[in-house]
Amino acid sequence: MKMQSMLAFAVLIAALAGGYSAGFVRAEDANDPMLSPDALANANGEAIYQHVCQGCHMPDGRGATGAGTYPALAGNAHLASAQFTATTVALGRHNMPHFAAQPELGGFEAFVTLHLDDRQIAAVVNYVRSHFGNHYSDEVTPADIAALHP
Amino acid sequence: MPDRNMAPPVTRRDLLRMIGVTAGSAAMYQAMTALGFAAESRRKGPVDLSGAPRGASVLILGAGMAGMTAAYELRNAGYRVQVLEYNARPGGRNWSLRGGDTYTELGGATQQCRFDEGFYINPGPWRLPYHHEHILHYCRELGVKLEPFIELNHNAYVHSPRAFGGKPIRYRTFQADFNGTVAELLAKSIRQHGLDAPLTKEDSEKLLVALQFFGALDKDYRYVEGDDTSDRRGYARDPGGGLSARPQFSKPLAPEDVIRSGLWEQTWFHTIYELQQTLFQPVGGMGRIGEAFGRELGKIIRYRSRVTKIDQDDRGVTVYYEDAGKPGTTMEAKADWCLCTIPLSILSQIPMQVGKPMADAIAAVPYAAAVKIGLQFKRRFWEEDEQIYGGITMTDLPIQQIGYPSHGCFDRGKGVLLGAYVWGQSAFEFTAMSPEERVRAAVRYGAQIHPQYESEFEHGVAVAWHRSPFTMGCFGIWSESTREKHYDNLCTIDGRIALAGEHASYIPAWQEGAVTSALDAI
Repeated sequence: MKMQSMLAFAVLIAALAGGYSAGFVRAEDANDPMLSPDALANANGEAIYQHVCQGCHMPDGRGATGAGTYPALAGNAHLASAQFTATTVALGRHNMPHFAAQPELGGFEAFVTLHLDDRQIAAVVNYVRSHFGNHYSDEVTPADIAALHP
Repeated sequence: MPDRNMAPPVTRRDLLRMIGVTAGSAAMYQAMTALGFAAESRRKGPVDLSGAPRGASVLILGAGMAGMTAAYELRNAGYRVQVLEYNARPGGRNWSLRGGDTYTELGGATQQCRFDEGFYINPGPWRLPYHHEHILHYCRELGVKLEPFIELNHNAYVHSPRAFGGKPIRYRTFQADFNGTVAELLAKSIRQHGLDAPLTKEDSEKLLVALQFFGALDKDYRYVEGDDTSDRRGYARDPGGGLSARPQFSKPLAPEDVIRSGLWEQTWFHTIYELQQTLFQPVGGMGRIGEAFGRELGKIIRYRSRVTKIDQDDRGVTVYYEDAGKPGTTMEAKADWCLCTIPLSILSQIPMQVGKPMADAIAAVPYAAAVKIGLQFKRRFWEEDEQIYGGITMTDLPIQQIGYPSHGCFDRGKGVLLGAYVWGQSAFEFTAMSPEERVRAAVRYGAQIHPQYESEFEHGVAVAWHRSPFTMGCFGIWSESTREKHYDNLCTIDGRIALAGEHASYIPAWQEGAVTSALDAI
């Protein structure tokens, strides 16, 4: 029943959100506060963090607490593990979205999920592990990310 | 559907029956019955869930639509009910921001909503489809006055910066030209016998006639400038009276431009089941429903209570919580049963004594990003200048949708519209901005559709759902595989604890999902 309409809705929204064929094509404008999907695809770890991750983990990487908590990345012992960090970003954890591509998923999931490619995920994992007071020097590569998901 | 007229629960008995036949069937009620806690009354007419044993108690976590629906029904049935709510107000995502309201998001940014008297935005749900009968039932029961919500406005726009030079196109115009283009091509194909379909000659002739109606084609099956097409797509000059009576017809867009524009991705939006006419909204804002429930339940709801731990044993449930005013001081609430409606985004972080199947289900559902931005303007230029009364403009700018108020049409003076309603990449990006930056961006993008923004904008508020302290996300995202693996486990009672909320429904993100999940659980 509803799934059908949600799917329909989803396909549309995905299209609007730029996840689908059309995407936004915006005039290049240095003052544009937002990235086109193309710009995001080429963004470095810092830009990905600032345009996506800091929505929850906050600009200073300190997370936030309300009824629940977004964990801080600053001083977070879990980040010592590149594997843990990469898996969390790629496959999600609890309410945190799954950012790796999920080619088997249909329009609905495409609409509610932002998918990052292996290069983007590696870049942002390396970024958070080397900023906010973190100094881990072992970097992950796109190939490491690819190994985490089908 | 016209006959169903379901109006749940006409009587308690009906409610029980309805629950009994619903999938997942009355888990908690059956458990109660098994333990002699509840027995259906044999009386005719309006009765209680009845057999509510003397003193049987239910603790409900969360005063959103699910929690308050359950609290209302169980209280009426004679149970002792207490509700713990994190916020200082009832409603949860059922919420309206009005002038004078203050909202502090995660990260600490506080916005003062400065809307003039009578204006609001609904950061969460904003429309009620006519077939969401359960939530509509409670509006009727609680005296929440409803008015039509205008979903589809033929005079609103579809828009893309890369189509038609970035010029917004009226929905009516694009839809007529798209249908006309498709009808003409299909008619041509049929007449050239190019259609590989099992149609008799007579079928084909009928279909050709149908296409003339469908696409406003002329006698030669062409979609061309003229009275018939202008009557669909709009006139260059409308027909009138007297000496200026004669209309000027408008010229259809080029078929290849219609197809290449991609705007057909926007026009069918309003055709899905949830968005079909008729839709409704509460007069004064969606939050009126939560407020009405809150008034009705009164002291049953304890506000500013942050749940920290949920325990159960074979005799009952103990929930530990903190008062927002006294952080660090743990309090306890006990009951025979617990209905937990806390969003999974939060619940997945709360220690909870349930089995692995339910715990795994709670941990398996990520939450969507979504953003809404309300903007106040010095005048209702969309009405005065562009004759747009309610409805939604669709765009593939990052703001995605502009929602015009369905209420207050023709009022003089100021107005508030929904300047962005956003999902996907743009929702993440808007969330990552400060509230002021979000509002600024919404004005900047919106001005590409309505240049009046530049001179008429006053102020705005922006709600990014991942920054909401009480949900940490908009709604639970189920995929087919996670539903398959976890959904039933999420909805199956575990000992003395059952879950409800939109996340425990097949109508995600809709209030109807929350309400029906609660009715199913109790």
